[in-house]
Amino acid sequence: MNTAGPRMTIPVTIRIQQGDFDVAKEIGALSEGRTDIGAVVSFSGICRGTEGSREIAALTLEHYPGMAEAEIRRHAEEAMSRWPLQGLTIIHRFGRIEPGQNIVLVVTASSHRQAAFQAAEFLMDYLKTSAPFWKREESAKGASWVEAHVHDDAAAARWTKS
Amino acid sequence: MKVKYFAWVRERIGKAEEMLEPPSSVRTVEDLIGWLAGRGDGYAYAFETPRVIRAAIDHTHVRSDAAISGAREIAFFPPMTGG
Repeated sequence: MNTAGPRMTIPVTIRIQQGDFDVAKEIGALSEGRTDIGAVVSFSGICRGTEGSREIAALTLEHYPGMAEAEIRRHAEEAMSRWPLQGLTIIHRFGRIEPGQNIVLVVTASSHRQAAFQAAEFLMDYLKTSAPFWKREESAKGASWVEAHVHDDAAAARWTKS
Repeated sequence: MKVKYFAWVRERIGKAEEMLEPPSSVRTVEDLIGWLAGRGDGYAYAFETPRVIRAAIDHTHVRSDAAISGAREIAFFPPMTGG
């Protein structure tokens, strides 16, 4: 990490886990006891019960242990170098996840809303295209690997510095 | 070196990881994909469209022209679909 000074003390939580997480608790933990935070943005990714006209029974997420955390940490560090963040939590689940259940959580905290909004969007765009996770979808037709979307690549590309 | 496979690359090859010592003529990720594709039907199926295959060396994404010398662990997988 190439940042120095006060940013080194930003609380950063990155977890790759099979079990569920409590969104409200994670948001609260980030700002509890702090008076320097003026904005907290959270994004929760939830398993949908339908994909187009297909009903989805469940998703199974495979991941690359070790690299998943390393890759998310690299993007967390980039987010902290680009925006004045005061706190950051990223949780990504793996294993079998049913419709309505949580998949991913990104929480960003900053003094003002713009940094928190932009950093959360940047992190989600990169999680979708760079974090080594793969979704397998179970439906009445059987199981199949979810294909990557071109619009996800385009969403991530717009953050590239020219 | 240790070679790991994920998602449908893993399924087509039929294993999650293996230790391999490719010949010295195999210098880049692209060379390694070509060499692996010749190891059997499952490998040929997994690597039938090399341009869609993503690779990582020691937990970092790399391009197909990256050198593999010194790598401890190389992974091959389809485009990611997390988040």
